[in-house]
Amino acid sequence: MPTSVGWVWLVVVLPFLGFLANGLISLVKPQAKSAVSFIGVGVLVAAFAVAVAVVAGLSQDQQGAPYVLTYWSWMTVGGLEIAAALQVDQLSAVMLIVVTGVSALIHVFSVGYMRDDPGYPRYFAFLNLFVFFMVLLVLGASFPVMFVGWEGVGLCSYLLIGFWYLDKVNADAGKKAFLMNRIGDFGFLIAMFLIFQATGSLAFTEVFEAAPEAFTINGEIITLITWALLRGGAGKSAQIPLYTWLPDAMAGPTPVSALIHAATMVTAGVYLVARSNILFAMAPVSSVVVATVGAVTALFAATIALKQWDIKKVLAYSTVSQLGYMFLGVGVGAYAGGIFHLVTHAFFKALLFLGSGSVIFALHRAYHATHSHDDAQDMRNMGGMRKFMPWTFAVMWVATFAIAGIPGLSGFFSKDGILAVAFARGHDHPVFYLLWLMGVIAALLTAFYMTRLMLYTFHGPSRTGEGEQRHLAEAPWVMTGPLVVLALGSIFAGVLNLPHVLPNPGWLEHWLEPVTELSHRYWNEVHLAASTEWLLMAVATAIAVAGMAGAVIMLKPEKLKAAKEAPAETGIQKVLLKKWYVDEIYDALIVRPTVWMSRNVLWKFFDAGVIDGAMVNGSAWTARAVGFVGSAVQTGRLAWYLLVFVIGTLVLLRAVM
Amino acid sequence: MDLLGSALAVSAIIFSLGVAGVLLRRNAIIVFMSIELMLNAVNLSFIALAQQLGPEGQVFVLFVMAVAAAEAVVGLAIIIAIYRHKQTVNLDKINLLSG
Repeated sequence: MPTSVGWVWLVVVLPFLGFLANGLISLVKPQAKSAVSFIGVGVLVAAFAVAVAVVAGLSQDQQGAPYVLTYWSWMTVGGLEIAAALQVDQLSAVMLIVVTGVSALIHVFSVGYMRDDPGYPRYFAFLNLFVFFMVLLVLGASFPVMFVGWEGVGLCSYLLIGFWYLDKVNADAGKKAFLMNRIGDFGFLIAMFLIFQATGSLAFTEVFEAAPEAFTINGEIITLITWALLRGGAGKSAQIPLYTWLPDAMAGPTPVSALIHAATMVTAGVYLVARSNILFAMAPVSSVVVATVGAVTALFAATIALKQWDIKKVLAYSTVSQLGYMFLGVGVGAYAGGIFHLVTHAFFKALLFLGSGSVIFALHRAYHATHSHDDAQDMRNMGGMRKFMPWTFAVMWVATFAIAGIPGLSGFFSKDGILAVAFARGHDHPVFYLLWLMGVIAALLTAFYMTRLMLYTFHGPSRTGEGEQRHLAEAPWVMTGPLVVLALGSIFAGVLNLPHVLPNPGWLEHWLEPVTELSHRYWNEVHLAASTEWLLMAVATAIAVAGMAGAVIMLKPEKLKAAKEAPAETGIQKVLLKKWYVDEIYDALIVRPTVWMSRNVLWKFFDAGVIDGAMVNGSAWTARAVGFVGSAVQTGRLAWYLLVFVIGTLVLLRAVM
Repeated sequence: MDLLGSALAVSAIIFSLGVAGVLLRRNAIIVFMSIELMLNAVNLSFIALAQQLGPEGQVFVLFVMAVAAAEAVVGLAIIIAIYRHKQTVNLDKINLLSG
């Protein structure tokens, strides 16, 4: 094992130390902001440096991978042995670099974004804690260790969504995220139980090694396990039907949205499926379900993003949609493709969120200066921001080109890679053509709504009030710096996995080979003629250009009215603005019946009636009634006692003799 | 009927009279006397049986008489205490423990 791989524990421990230090500061001396910035950012930069060293070590000697580093025995119960162990292999290496790298940049950005917040140390403590759990999630060598990270990031997500907890809306959003994730985590747990029952182990290496013998292809057990895993992944990665928490999660600070709810945590579901690739490959039905969930989510969320006014909500639905692409990718067996899109998405979506954060930051400051109470996140209050924020304007366009799929940028290659495999699978079963078509339509919508976001935010006349415009300014370098780095990533990350018709293709695919090869024999080889591949790329390019051009032609930013003066939406626009009323439908179908059931059946009938009434008060009442009847025996008359005594003696004597 | 049978029969009759007296009478003194009657009925059966089974029965009788004497002291003292307290020895009136 290369020496530097042995340092991997530092990547886990460093953010945790940061959490402890910042947590202590937030309790003892919350005004010590420079110390917090130093520690909070410092541990992340150090962790990133170690992570790079670990991956460099891994790339030198890949023969021994996966390297499982066992530190201590966590629990031993009967046949169940779980070690506190980390696993370094090609897949966790990719995730490690993305998580620590993007986290470090977002920590730097946060120094600027959160500088005036009274909860500054608490914010960095939670952010450090999040990175600790996220690193644990991607490095865990078994399902339970991964689950610890999985639950931990959920906790941090909750803490950071409700960071400004004095507003009930934010606290509610945090609660919603927590509950929706619990529904998914239930699936994860069931999957773990079933896996242990079938293979007798929960360590990745052992489970995946035992899988070919333990399961029958397309058998009931493996299908059940993968369904349960999908449910866990759908909760964490905001897929239909559990996606509704993610848009609400935008209640948190914008860098949190960028880090947790776009770049890292929400991709955990994709990572889970890619990690368990052999399980999903052995359950083709589940794989089709994964792909279908992904494609439907990609399309559905994209339609909602078309009509949102809140800049962060557009990006949130865009994230749901892009996660759908990743699920489509891992569902059609393009595990490397799904991870590739995860990587490129981490760059351009983090960039988009941080860019929007930069805009919100500027607008918020302007409103603060003039004591206005307008919504700093509503695009109708923006417009013409390119004059005030040239850097943000430029990098946001880069990210928009990337996500829309303009050739040459990272998003084009990663999205095209997934769609190409989906199309190629059409040979096996025509349903994949349908999924491919849904992906293409979603790509069209993506190009449209992203261009809409850019037009309404940066172009046209400024709809921000006259007085406020004087206060609008570009964000400080500590915020624009990370944006520029992410923009470079958004442009160049595509070279990681070029299509086969270009020179040096499929580097990431090759790199991930040791992890994904387990599943190869269960999938047919993807075969795509070069001409078809060129054709698909041409289609993708045409779609992207059409979407963007359509937005430019159809939308008139100069006619838009500020939020206060804007007319109410009607017809289909209102349905889209109201997000297809999914929240309302869930409320009517699930939340209210549950509340009704809890209130009337469980509380009023069962708790108050059966438990309190029949059992608690009932037992007291019974004791009293027996006492009341029994006390009649105690007449106080000696003769009566004696009579009982004599009769008793006679009965006893009769019994003895 | 032999002597033993007659003696045991008398003993049983006296014992039953004692039980009846304890159960039926209301005067504490009479009840007390009925208890003495039961004790003596038992003494009688001890003596009668001792004719056949050896002298242990007679020893028991001496013990019973000694204990009965002590019991009489305590019992009469209690009755006097009750009388001083309630001005009656009617057991129906002494019902403080009634539930």
